[in-house]
Amino acid sequence: MTKINARWDWLTEAAAAGVTIVLIALFADIHANRQAFSACLQQARADGVERIVLLGDYVGYGGDPEWAVDTVMDLVVHGAPAVLGNHDEAIGNPHERMNVEARVAIEWTRGVLGASQRQFLAGLPLTFNDAGRLYVHADASKPGSWIYVASTAQAADSIAATPAHITFCGHIHRPALYSMSPTAKMTAFIPTADVAIQLMPGRRWLAVLGSVGQPRDGNPAAAYAMLDTDKRELTYCRAPYDVEGAAAAIRRHGLPNSLAERLFKGE
Amino acid sequence: MAKPLHEPGAVVDGFRLEELVHRGGMAALWRVSRPGDTTPMLMKVPRIGEAADPAAIVSFEMELMIMPRLSGVHVPKFIAAGDFSVQPFIVMERIDGQTLLSKLSELPLPFAQVAELGAKVARALDDLHRQHVVHLDVKPSNIIIRRSGEAVLLDYGLAHHDQLPDLMQEEYRVPFGTAPYMSPEQLRGIRNDPRSDLFALGVLLYFFSTGIRPFGEGERLSTMRRRLWRDPYPPRYLRPDYPPWLQEIVLRCLESEPAWRYPTAAQLAFDLGHPDQVKLTARAERLMRDPWTTVLRRRFNKDLTRPHGKEAVKAQLISAPIVAVAVDVSEGSTDLNEALRVTAGRILSTLPSARLACLNVLRQARLALDTTLDAEGRNKHIERMVALRHWAEPLKLDESRLTVHVIEAIDPAAAILEFLGANRVDQILIGARQSSMLRTLLGSVSAKVAAEAPCTVTVVRPSRAIEPEGAGPKSA
Repeated sequence: MTKINARWDWLTEAAAAGVTIVLIALFADIHANRQAFSACLQQARADGVERIVLLGDYVGYGGDPEWAVDTVMDLVVHGAPAVLGNHDEAIGNPHERMNVEARVAIEWTRGVLGASQRQFLAGLPLTFNDAGRLYVHADASKPGSWIYVASTAQAADSIAATPAHITFCGHIHRPALYSMSPTAKMTAFIPTADVAIQLMPGRRWLAVLGSVGQPRDGNPAAAYAMLDTDKRELTYCRAPYDVEGAAAAIRRHGLPNSLAERLFKGE
Repeated sequence: MAKPLHEPGAVVDGFRLEELVHRGGMAALWRVSRPGDTTPMLMKVPRIGEAADPAAIVSFEMELMIMPRLSGVHVPKFIAAGDFSVQPFIVMERIDGQTLLSKLSELPLPFAQVAELGAKVARALDDLHRQHVVHLDVKPSNIIIRRSGEAVLLDYGLAHHDQLPDLMQEEYRVPFGTAPYMSPEQLRGIRNDPRSDLFALGVLLYFFSTGIRPFGEGERLSTMRRRLWRDPYPPRYLRPDYPPWLQEIVLRCLESEPAWRYPTAAQLAFDLGHPDQVKLTARAERLMRDPWTTVLRRRFNKDLTRPHGKEAVKAQLISAPIVAVAVDVSEGSTDLNEALRVTAGRILSTLPSARLACLNVLRQARLALDTTLDAEGRNKHIERMVALRHWAEPLKLDESRLTVHVIEAIDPAAAILEFLGANRVDQILIGARQSSMLRTLLGSVSAKVAAEAPCTVTVVRPSRAIEPEGAGPKSA
């Protein structure tokens, strides 16, 4: 059963009014962290976001999977594109390879989610094309193989696999920005928060987003990105959130304590 | 993709092409105008298409990313940019004047003029570095002095922005820059060290003061690489009358290891502006190049210059501030001066590259009857300098980190403010005088400085126990 939540109506109103969508907020690796995702959504809305894009891994690790999936379902009903992540896939596929802590969390999550939530996750696509932009959870070369974009060579493989001008992905939980020139030369860059970067039209880009719910780049603040389609500017954003609350939810459900601890350091 | 041809009189995105000013390997420059706009403007159009240098496109992309973010008097004002996929161009302010290239026929210039010019360029670089940008192509043809006196840095096609992807870095394995001015670390492919610009400015200062380029004009990589281990002839070898202070400054800029140069452009500008305060080291004395034994040791030392991490430009600037402290050396300020010294010591001990400028204002009467000699015929100016050094002595600072300045002025606050702006001071420590007759009569110097300073102001007062209102001193 899909609940239609009126608090997201502003998202469909903008689209219905025929206004050209300019500001897009993109979120990856929410991982059932209610406090983090709420803080990001609030900040993005304050900054005038008109469209929301969801890049997978809504569950796993965190203590609020029901809320997370319900929120994602609401957002999808209100027009947000959403793709599948490996943790989302693991809900319906117990044979997914994972480390011990991730598996403990996934098995608990599987028991907590209702049928409609599990069904929703199982129905998510691996990729989504959106006016020259490609959304994928891990990488564009083999979306279902959950490859980590950890090097310039892997970024090149992903960019080469798609005609999209910009690909957005997550999965590795560390923000990065890669580009490929017309002569197939690569650049790699670790973005500075809140500095808009112009995505030159002459080259193709791979924007790897940091994680909303479990940042691993040494900064505990939740990570997401904003794209201004008019100015072709991408901004990597950080939202501070109630880490205590998120850690308490993990401990309350008896999930591994290390999953709570790492949130404080962002590692 | 783009139409490379332009004719005078053609109109591009509302800008009328008036005159082709320059055609280079990478781009053409046009004087342009726009109806209803009197700003003198230049349009830069990259050479794109067959037979064009592929670097031209990338370097233009960099300029397109960097220029709109820059501001201030030391850069040409950005006015407009064309859509890259339709017709790439940048329109910017046209600076009235000639580049320093026009000075080449007059070299060598008088030492004082070189120092003044160098200070202007260093201040411009300081401003640029504070905006997260390393220029990486500092040379005479990229510098114009405005009629108002400030240096303007042109051409950001090879520049590096600390907070933006560096398209040049990954694109090309060979270093880009201008051979005679390129720093050793640039030759090694490092593009994010602001001290590379200080090296290039050192080359310019050397060239302008001796008429000779310190590393020749060689464009071949093998010739260029020699500067990694071979030091140039000391300027005094070329000109026996070369002032030691200027040689100290120039050779410090030309150190092969960035850490041995000035830590910031502001600190370089400071020394160029205060020749009498330059700490002379063995550099100032040298009459010959290093012996071959030293050169060989450097030649085979692979350890020099490791790459920096993220946001290296910002980190370098933050680590080396200029801190000023206003010290009242008259009697009766013991507690306050002690508190100032403790506060200064805290900052300087955490930042080994920070330097301290101690200021004292020698108040002049409005009537011009003052002499610098007091009733007993002593030189007040020198006395104050001695007193400032005495105040700073317990900090045990290396001499290269300490300068003292006695400023003669009618209005102390205005004099301090002027010093802060002219010397790119990052922070000033100033004492809050407790209730005094003088303060009541003259107003508070610290309050005016705090309100108007172009930098951080720390108002220092001796810690004391809070007493109940109106209680006055009494024993418990």
